Amino acid sequence: MAGWWKKNPFYVEYMVHEATALFVTAYAFTLLFGLFRLAQGEVAWNGWLEALKSPLSIVAHLVFLVAIFYHAFTWFKLFPLTMPPIMVGGKRLAPNVVVAGGCTAGVVAALALLGLVWRIAA
Amino acid sequence: MKIRKRSNAPIFWGLFGAGGMLAALFGPMLVIITGLLVPMGLLLPADTMSHPKMLAFAQNFIGKGFIFAIIALFVWHAMHRIYHSLHEIGIHAGLFAKLVCYGIALITTLIAAVLLLGLGF
Amino acid sequence: MSETQKIIEIEILRYKPESDEAPHSELYKVPFTDDMSVLQGAQYIKDNFDGSLTFRWSCRMAICGSCGMMINGIPKLSCETFIRDYYPNRISIEAMANFPIEKDLVVDLSGFIEKLESIQPYIIPKEPRTLEQGEYLQSPEEFNKYIKFTSCINCTLCYAACPQVGLNPDFIGPAAMALLHRYNMDSRDGGSAQRMELVASEEGVYNCSAVGYCSEVCPKHVDPGNAVNINKMNAAKDYFLRFLSPKGGSK
Repeated sequence: MAGWWKKNPFYVEYMVHEATALFVTAYAFTLLFGLFRLAQGEVAWNGWLEALKSPLSIVAHLVFLVAIFYHAFTWFKLFPLTMPPIMVGGKRLAPNVVVAGGCTAGVVAALALLGLVWRIAA
Repeated sequence: MKIRKRSNAPIFWGLFGAGGMLAALFGPMLVIITGLLVPMGLLLPADTMSHPKMLAFAQNFIGKGFIFAIIALFVWHAMHRIYHSLHEIGIHAGLFAKLVCYGIALITTLIAAVLLLGLGF
Repeated sequence: MSETQKIIEIEILRYKPESDEAPHSELYKVPFTDDMSVLQGAQYIKDNFDGSLTFRWSCRMAICGSCGMMINGIPKLSCETFIRDYYPNRISIEAMANFPIEKDLVVDLSGFIEKLESIQPYIIPKEPRTLEQGEYLQSPEEFNKYIKFTSCINCTLCYAACPQVGLNPDFIGPAAMALLHRYNMDSRDGGSAQRMELVASEEGVYNCSAVGYCSEVCPKHVDPGNAVNINKMNAAKDYFLRFLSPKGGSK
């Protein structure tokens, strides 16, 4: 049945989080293009760095950020559905605890990455 | 007794899961760093992504692996989702859609590998 | 103090196979009280407006699994869905989605029954066992591993909810996978390898795209979506490790 997903807010949200894949692709291609510029040498790379400063690039990355953040959030939110039961002290962890754990891992990973980049850059 | 055909989905599902986890854990901050902080000169040193530093990172074994994993797994994750979403919105292009989606992922993976190896160690 | 009788508009998708080309909506104005379920609304229509209205029901208490319907587009058990929660808006009832309609609100469940049968829904002993060995002993921990999945009442709301069932009617589906998982996780059972062929097949778990609506609509909180998704990893292990062990899986 065409448009089945429009008929129910649950399905609409599903299609939205699936659609984040378009932006994950776009960002991956952005990185790939940057890699290509890197391979072309210093002049090309510096040109790429300049291009990243343009309003178009900033806006695009803000859009990527919203989409990829939503991917991350919904990815962790799906853990109670997608993961086997996690036992702690003989009892199964409640779904909201599992989600909170996932989101925490996401925050920790983000901060760790930022810290790592900071250290390498210094 | 019905003979059932085994699905080859585990390959693509595995790549989808790995890419999805990577994107969930590192995607947002990578976008923030590469697309916002560094270009706008915020928080991080101005030369964080300078040519010497980026080249050194890409030539480093771990750095090379990281860049490859991010680009390749992000795109395998995304193409798996896009392929299934096409089916869900009524575009039942079957094998053709599969070839295009996973083909794009494969080509992206190969280009990334060639570029990264070409940068040397 | 008397109250004016409240009337709810109930629209039902009717279909008589012997005379109708296609399903069509009929509108009924049903007097109701605050304690009435949608099932009772349907019964009122059958008793007072059109005796030919056909629908399944039995226990009236959400345990038999018979009265599933699409109520304003959402799969629900009509016996535990209340008219007062929709008033003054119209209630729109259709037969459960993703099943062929036999008549009015009755769907053909034969495909579903076949799927349940296909997963070998019985204890397959790990090794032959004699009566003299006595009963199986099972700890509370072992019990808790599968007990949730035994709550399924075969109401098929999860099949109506699952868009992948809609797109591929051959998909084994949530309830069948919950039942399969129930047996695999039972410590008395040794049949996981036998059941894997179905799990790993093209009709198996990889049809699922983790929409999760099946678990959302399940009236017994069985969480069939979890049963399906846990088995994606099991099937993947079977796929990649199959050449290491000659046992289990399919060709």
